[in-house]
Amino acid sequence: MTATPTVPKGRSLSAQRKRAAFWFLVPMLAALLFVAAWPLFRTIYFSFTDTSLTSLYDGKWIGFDNYLSYRQLSSGKVIWRGTLVDPAWWNAVWNTVRFAFVSVALETVLGLMVALVLHRNFVGRGWVRAAILIPWAIPTIVSAKMWAWMLNDQFGIINDMLLRVGLIDAKIAWTANIETAMIAVLIVDVWKTTPFMALLCLAGLQMIPKDIYEAAKVDGISALRVFWRVTLPLLKPALMVAVIFRSLDALRVFDLVYVLTPNSKATKTMSVIARENLIEFDRFAYGSAQSTLLFALIAIFVSLYIWLGKMDLGGKADQ
Amino acid sequence: MMRYLKSVAFYAVVVVIVVVSVFPFYYAIITSFKTGTALFSIDYLPTSFDLSNYRGVLDSPNFIRSVLNSVLIAGATVGFAMFLAVTASYALARVRFRGRALLLMSILAVSMFPQIAVLAGLFELVRFLGIYNTPWAMIMSYTIFTLPFTVWVLTTFMRDLPLEIEEAAIIDGATPWDIVSKVFLPLMWPALVTTGLLAFIGAWNEFLFALTFTASESQRTVPVAIAMLSGSSEFEMPWGTLMAASVLVTVPLIILVLIFQRKIVAGLTAGGVKG
Repeated sequence: MTATPTVPKGRSLSAQRKRAAFWFLVPMLAALLFVAAWPLFRTIYFSFTDTSLTSLYDGKWIGFDNYLSYRQLSSGKVIWRGTLVDPAWWNAVWNTVRFAFVSVALETVLGLMVALVLHRNFVGRGWVRAAILIPWAIPTIVSAKMWAWMLNDQFGIINDMLLRVGLIDAKIAWTANIETAMIAVLIVDVWKTTPFMALLCLAGLQMIPKDIYEAAKVDGISALRVFWRVTLPLLKPALMVAVIFRSLDALRVFDLVYVLTPNSKATKTMSVIARENLIEFDRFAYGSAQSTLLFALIAIFVSLYIWLGKMDLGGKADQ
Repeated sequence: MMRYLKSVAFYAVVVVIVVVSVFPFYYAIITSFKTGTALFSIDYLPTSFDLSNYRGVLDSPNFIRSVLNSVLIAGATVGFAMFLAVTASYALARVRFRGRALLLMSILAVSMFPQIAVLAGLFELVRFLGIYNTPWAMIMSYTIFTLPFTVWVLTTFMRDLPLEIEEAAIIDGATPWDIVSKVFLPLMWPALVTTGLLAFIGAWNEFLFALTFTASESQRTVPVAIAMLSGSSEFEMPWGTLMAASVLVTVPLIILVLIFQRKIVAGLTAGGVKG
């Protein structure tokens, strides 16, 4: 196809391809507008109204009242209302941020360790890789229930193990206790998600050329130094992507918390409290405002990340 | 000596990794074979082999129903997503047009949506369409995560196919539709199977929408059925039945994941998205 096509023919070919591309994309985009963009717009709209669950179409526009409003009493005292002054909301924000930070940090460190182990050549490596896929394959709800049983205060095997080893003196009600509920959620989340981290790190490790390590070996550089100076910097891009995806996932956590520690103030996250208001407490508009805030938080997080230019999204495609 | 110690330590770490990964599932299995008071004695090794929990689960019509619901919903939603994604990802991967990078970025952004952000709007939509408490509510709402995921993974896959195969077809006068259906589709089976499997697992495991858009027991999906399985009080949780149900719905997934493990790892790294 070197010199044969004349200019108009080439143009019409490319025009035909573009037209086809347009029609190929339309159904997918229409579907996404219908199930994602429109519902998102409606959620944001509801957050500015006083809509209730039972009469979805009777809501009146009330501006920012679900977020923040104030009223001055005759005594001159000002009363603030709305999500932004709701202690339950800020408690949920704090729980979510704490959960996201600790779980992603632990998963990254442990995932990296598992990946370094799996990167070595040893007998039975395939079996180990298969074994670590098991927590990933188990549905979150099922793993929450399995761990709820293991963490059971009376008959749980975790208490039994800890008692035998002597780490605790009395049985702990892991999921019910305010002080340990978050630890229980973190244990299950780390168990379930570290494999995902490990696999992404392993893929990153396998892309590092082997001769770098050989050169380091020849120069007699210690393994620890090689890790800090060579492996980690080269792994950073892959690691960053994994951390971002995990953080976004952790910020919207719902199912694990809802099932493992129902109604615990110590673990209630933003998604849990928003759904509670939306559906269970019939404060539909108030819950919409909380959903919108969570969306805004995640949107800021994502745009910051893209703005920092860490993710090469279209670059490769446009070569 | 030092070398020997080192390799012992290494294998010790390997054993810890394997035991921690597998133990909860193993413990669920041995619990599922226990009934009555045997449930409340803590055993590290299997002590009884009583199938009555499994019989109980399989005899319950609602459990079977929820499995069927989940299969139908996950199957339909993945089929629908794949149908739209194949042509869309061809356009995104192989045709150059303005705004392509932006479009790809928006699709990725949709897959990062917190589901709660669309819950209120979807609830309205589901009510409006009259599909509340039917499988259609889930089939429709799951598209929000299965579609961006399949488009993204298939786009990365198609981008890596060599130019030549397409050029030959263009010279032969093939239309873009011919190229997708006759040239790319046959090459894409492996990618389609992996992507479909990952999307299927995602839909199978989904909880928030299924919890919100169903009301009656017969419409529940597997995760909702398991989450709602309870005795008359918190202290009478039917742990044996619960573990039997958990094992039953997890074993097929584990088998699938182990069969396709290499492909799944490749798909996950291409998508960078949690399945």
